[in-house]
Amino acid sequence: MEPNIAPRTLTHLRALEAESIHIIREVAAEFQKPVMLYSIGKDSSVMVRLAQKAFYPGKIPFPFLHIDTTYKFQEMIEFRDKFCAELAVQLIVHTNTKAIADGANPFRLGTQKCCALLKTRALLDALAEGGFDAAFGGARRDEEKSRAKERVYSFRDSFGQWDPKNQRPELWNLYNSRIDNGESIRVFPLSNWTELDVWHYIYLEKIPIVPMYYAAPREMVVRGDQLITLEHGMALRPGEEPQTVMSRMRSLGCTYCTGAIRSEADTLPKIIEEMIQFRRSERENRVIDHDQEGSMELKKREGYF
Amino acid sequence: MATAELSVQAADWLRSTAHTELLRFTTAGSVDDGKSTLIGRLLYDSKGVYEDQLASVRKATRNQSTNGLDLSLLTDGLRAEREQGITIDVAYRYFATPRRKFIIADTPGHEQYTRNMATGASTANLAIILIDARYGVLPQSRRHAYIATLLGIPHLVVAVNKMDLVDYSEPVFHAIREEFTAFAHQLKARDVLFLPISALKGDNVVEPSSRTPWYSGPPLLEHLETVPIAQDHNLTDLRFPVQYVIRPDLDFRGFAGQVASGVIHRGDTVTVLPSGRTSRVKSIVTWDGELEEAFAPMSVTVCLEDEIDISRGDMIVRAGNLPHSGRRLEATVVWMSEKPLEPHRPYLLKQTTQAVHARVRDIRHRVDINTLGHQRASQLQLNEIGVVSLEAQRPLFFDAYQKNRATGSLILIDPITNETLGAGMIIGLDTYHHAGPVTPAERLARIGHRPYVLRLVNADLETAQTIERHLFDQGYLVHVIQEAENLAQSVQTVFAAGLVSLLFGASAEEAGVLKAGLPADQIVTLDRSEFEDDPALLQAIVSTLASGNAGNVKLTDGAGI
Repeated sequence: MEPNIAPRTLTHLRALEAESIHIIREVAAEFQKPVMLYSIGKDSSVMVRLAQKAFYPGKIPFPFLHIDTTYKFQEMIEFRDKFCAELAVQLIVHTNTKAIADGANPFRLGTQKCCALLKTRALLDALAEGGFDAAFGGARRDEEKSRAKERVYSFRDSFGQWDPKNQRPELWNLYNSRIDNGESIRVFPLSNWTELDVWHYIYLEKIPIVPMYYAAPREMVVRGDQLITLEHGMALRPGEEPQTVMSRMRSLGCTYCTGAIRSEADTLPKIIEEMIQFRRSERENRVIDHDQEGSMELKKREGYF
Repeated sequence: MATAELSVQAADWLRSTAHTELLRFTTAGSVDDGKSTLIGRLLYDSKGVYEDQLASVRKATRNQSTNGLDLSLLTDGLRAEREQGITIDVAYRYFATPRRKFIIADTPGHEQYTRNMATGASTANLAIILIDARYGVLPQSRRHAYIATLLGIPHLVVAVNKMDLVDYSEPVFHAIREEFTAFAHQLKARDVLFLPISALKGDNVVEPSSRTPWYSGPPLLEHLETVPIAQDHNLTDLRFPVQYVIRPDLDFRGFAGQVASGVIHRGDTVTVLPSGRTSRVKSIVTWDGELEEAFAPMSVTVCLEDEIDISRGDMIVRAGNLPHSGRRLEATVVWMSEKPLEPHRPYLLKQTTQAVHARVRDIRHRVDINTLGHQRASQLQLNEIGVVSLEAQRPLFFDAYQKNRATGSLILIDPITNETLGAGMIIGLDTYHHAGPVTPAERLARIGHRPYVLRLVNADLETAQTIERHLFDQGYLVHVIQEAENLAQSVQTVFAAGLVSLLFGASAEEAGVLKAGLPADQIVTLDRSEFEDDPALLQAIVSTLASGNAGNVKLTDGAGI
């Protein structure tokens, strides 16, 4: 029992859960061909659980899509394949193979161009190929300033682009699902969740997550403030030596662009403990958000999630 | 999970957050009222800001006089805004204390951005209206208060900011409070708290200020943490709009949706609209197990005992507690598009889980949001507010917005461009307000009596026709409704024409639907079996109609009523 809460009042997590389930069902009911972007990260794990709840005892009525840059961590891919097999959902994996064949990587192209080709372009191509008119994403408004203004239903034109000055007003829980051919809506059921809410929910619901979120001794290159993993043949700079560092990932992306943090948090309660004492936002360790002032907004305008 | 190894702080947190509630609030203020600074202060003082975000603010701080930190920059989002130094759209912020988690809808206070404030207000439990202590209640303060109450926000906080610039003067604060109270009274605002603050200096924001000893109320954060919100949801009237039908196999058929209002229990007798069919709740299914009851705003799946054809857009309600049902309704609309609202244009209307074609029949009036005066209007322009009469292609199930925000709200969409054009707060059914050139008052003057619905129980056609004849002879314009395809629609039409309708053999369910759509005092139910004979029944009818028409009756001489 929860003695401190008034009768027939939901706790904040249950209120968020109810809102997210409502959003997911609205999309399934109103769009012809929705797809759920599955990024393997903790937010995706929560979003998947909410989708399971939304259609229980039925199955999730749409496929998952993973945009694989081929630079993801091996542990992520293993987790993805096992997780999706257990759920018995259809998983579509899409890679911009042409760009990879042309040798796209962040060292040659810089992070901005690399993301544009391997994530944004790949995503737009995959959505167009699949004929998807709605795509769920696990983004939250507390992640980054430009996301704070994005709608739950974020309209994208036929080029997949977002116009922050021309967003549809969004009132109550009445979402406008009307689009023309070729246009689409990105849907963010976790819009109102914070990073702490996500961890708290994973803890309460015992949701499986990629083991890399838990602290363990890992081989790392220590470069300034950043801890970089050694996957995908990371080139060492002169004088650099891999070290074993007790560390974990706070968010998961591509190996080159996602740093680890020093941490002893090897259980969920310890991660939560770290969160409430920790005073840094999770995307701080994402190189791509900092390559230019306001860079997330620029990426989103071009079609990035 | 083992929590023994955790610090006291983390263990406390895990325990206390099991009871954390959610409070959504919105902030309204003019450009220089210090709104961004106030939000920045709440985030900063409640430790809702990350260090790297602070570093970025330090880097961008232009005004070095404020302790080297411009808190307003924490909330200024997009590049264009940063360039202009203003916020241009609704942005959502989050922070939490052990008692509550807060979602702030940060909305700009410009004159041209009424639409943004309405958007932020639509889901809010509470609104903070900022007033600059130096300038007092400005036209935009009234506007903000009006929109907040129009959108049904249950709690208002009037934060008189920049008290540091008026030497924390009590008379200044009281003068503002009195002026605002007079206005708020007109709006029927329910719960208003006045607070003297300085967002810049932190007075009465998180901690009580020693510089306002004359103020004994709570600081802002404490009020946000303790204002009672359990009653903010309507838990009286069960409304369950069906979102999605879950049918994994032939044995399971569940109706998925979010409880819009009220409470649904296993075993409840419910009515399904629009069919009007009744059944009982067999189970309330969730991934976490079956429930004995579900209340607003829970998302659940409801199974019924009987096989009833139900699809998205239908509504499950408690038998005997029905919403309004009808195609015509009256609503206050906030217009949000460059293209003006015009009567007779085709629109799409979305309300609960229904999306239907609709049109505006006419604009009753435009509201001057500074004076609250009514103006004649043939259009509503961007950011204008007006009362309109709407006609939908199919019947909608709804309640008055002031009674039920979830079933009383609607949006209008352009069927060509797909834009969201406007937001509507439903006032009620629009059946007896005739939208044409003849008003109900003119009909009353001509006909001499008000329209009535007489529902006869245990009566047959013969009895009904006997009564029709007698009432007609006594001067009433009366009509027996027989075998109507849509009883409610037929009765409403006859009612709107100003006549007395006579029904016989209508079921209790049908009567319930009728009641939802018409003024209660103009529906009369009489049981034939309680009267000795037809003349006795007729006498009862005549005296009921006469008392209802007292003062209005101008019937022919000798009518005897």
